[in-house]
Amino acid sequence: MAQSAKRPRFESWGRYPTLQADLKLLNWTGDFPLSTPPATRLLPVGAGRSYGDVCLLENGTLLHTRGLDRFLAFDPESGILRCEAGVTLAEILDFGVPRGFFLPVTPGTKYVTVGGAIANDIHGKNHHVAGTFGHHVPRLELVRSDGTRLVCSPTENEAWFAATVGGMGLTGLITWAEVRLRPIVSRSMDYMGEKFVGIDEFLALSQQATAEYTVAWIDCVSTGRNFARGIFMQGEHTKEPGELKNSRQPWLTFPFDLPAFALNRFTMSAFNTAYYHKQFSKQKTAKVDYEPFFYPLDSVLRWNRIYGKNGLLQFQNVLPHQGGREGMVEILKAITRSGLASFLAVIKFFGDVPSVGAMSFPKPGIMLALDFPIRREVSFDLLDRLARITLEHGGRMYSAKDARMTAEQYQAFYPQWQEFERYIDPAFDSAFWQRVTGRRPLDE
Amino acid sequence: MSNEKIPSNILALGATSAIAEATLRLFAVRGARFFLVARNPDKLNAVASDLLTRGAASVATHVMDLDDTPAHPAMLADAAENLGTIELALLAHGILGDQQEAEASYSATETVLGTNFMAPVSLITWLANYFEASHQGTLAVISSVAGDRGRKSNYVYGASKGALNIFLDGVRNRIDRSGVHVLTIKPGFVATPMTAHLPQNALFATPAKVADGIFKAVKQRKDVVYVPAFWALIMLILRTIPRRIFKKLNV
Repeated sequence: MAQSAKRPRFESWGRYPTLQADLKLLNWTGDFPLSTPPATRLLPVGAGRSYGDVCLLENGTLLHTRGLDRFLAFDPESGILRCEAGVTLAEILDFGVPRGFFLPVTPGTKYVTVGGAIANDIHGKNHHVAGTFGHHVPRLELVRSDGTRLVCSPTENEAWFAATVGGMGLTGLITWAEVRLRPIVSRSMDYMGEKFVGIDEFLALSQQATAEYTVAWIDCVSTGRNFARGIFMQGEHTKEPGELKNSRQPWLTFPFDLPAFALNRFTMSAFNTAYYHKQFSKQKTAKVDYEPFFYPLDSVLRWNRIYGKNGLLQFQNVLPHQGGREGMVEILKAITRSGLASFLAVIKFFGDVPSVGAMSFPKPGIMLALDFPIRREVSFDLLDRLARITLEHGGRMYSAKDARMTAEQYQAFYPQWQEFERYIDPAFDSAFWQRVTGRRPLDE
Repeated sequence: MSNEKIPSNILALGATSAIAEATLRLFAVRGARFFLVARNPDKLNAVASDLLTRGAASVATHVMDLDDTPAHPAMLADAAENLGTIELALLAHGILGDQQEAEASYSATETVLGTNFMAPVSLITWLANYFEASHQGTLAVISSVAGDRGRKSNYVYGASKGALNIFLDGVRNRIDRSGVHVLTIKPGFVATPMTAHLPQNALFATPAKVADGIFKAVKQRKDVVYVPAFWALIMLILRTIPRRIFKKLNV
């Protein structure tokens, strides 16, 4: 075919890898199956806010779902919102907050789609009480490339539901879904921040924590007596009625790609020290708006440019409580030694609620997430090392944040992958899935 | 401004077009009532559900092909009865057509002119009389910057929109004195299903951005609006280029 010569290139939020693909915009739930199916494999992509290659497919056709942005029904009694899969969580907040409703589970950015939130079965700061996003999805519609339309729920087509929640977009196209919103009476959050030094203080704070939302920022740069210092943050939706107006649009866009040398050991060390000392006292309570509490980075659009053109790598894992402390110490030491870590490393206890998705990431234990600039061998070697430590301690890594796992590592993290494979739509594929099933080599 | 009034009884013709849908959402959150007309019932239902969920007070739908001009009066009478009073009529249906096909065949040209000009003329004729008789109303018609000057790359589409602009100018001059607001909307490039096959560049705007411009123009009772506004400048320059130079350009 003549037109195959130059396809546009796509990248996810991590900007690595960058892969060629065709793009097909979906505007109506009836647009799929496509009237003239392309010869290539297909993969749905929403906002493209995952970090690695889970939303990419080299020489495939990406089904862009942002045109599926309609609200279909809302029941203020139950809080259940039915909407098309390309609706973003930001749009749900704009809709829900003035009506006194909030997302049941939210990740650290609101610029993801509902379809993406389900496909990656995302989690948030309330995982220990609320589970994952999938727990709050009563129903969804899955459309297969052969035209079969399946309404799936925990009680209807339940095997398809379990495969699709956390199914990385591979089981077919999610066209619409229901999300159970939770009531709030104000935009405000009751916040408490508490400084800690060392992993044991973090563990103790996590065990004592009572709030609905908990997460800790952890310094992955400092060593010696400052090793593993951080701020343990707790929050609750305030119970006193207050303002329920909409958020303002962010006005700040990071204007250009920062050169690669800008993020180095010294700037990062300075940043981490400043961040730790920003909170003066050991303990601090305050009323804060939900925007900075949940989405500190969303106020700067395109913040991924801070990492320059090379992009960034994310590492996110969970280790079971049994032996988790030792594993995390080993991991944090490897990271501080590398000098690669950057600003926002977070650590949190996952709860015991089993995920509804067959391939979901969360399981009980200690979760760590952070990002690195890409410095070829150094970063790749470090990630490989972290993956091996994770494996040795019976943990697993998160597909939506990964660009470097090997097939052996993935299959050890997710031994159920072969069962899941039976639910993959024969016309669908992803660069991630090719990699972790050994069909696509890691570069270098 | 004190005379700003936001219409709440809205007739949308071609309601499933991306620009119309984005515009209607801005009225829906303010509790408007809608009568929506479009060809595809599934798409029409999706738009209706969305507007209702966002806060519309009521939504009625009417499935028809707007090329069927003899059926216009019955549909419009139905809309007027359903809404009580039509306060805003938004005409948003249209096709881009294929310029090369139209150059080769009159019937392809006729299709573009029929959908983009004759059908709106039929609707506007009825609506102008309706608004004139009721001494109120806003007639908002989506035209295009392409109607400002004939270009070799899309003059058939351009001619359909240019003719529409002149027709609207005349209608405005006739019924403005009856308190009727006639708004000619000239979007530039908009990223919609109609333009999905074109290579997109920095001049492309989202339907939401265009909708903001339309909403403001309705509120401020503008005669003609370019959306986004920078198109006014681009088209001013394009219109000023002398013909003997323009005919040599590849635009």
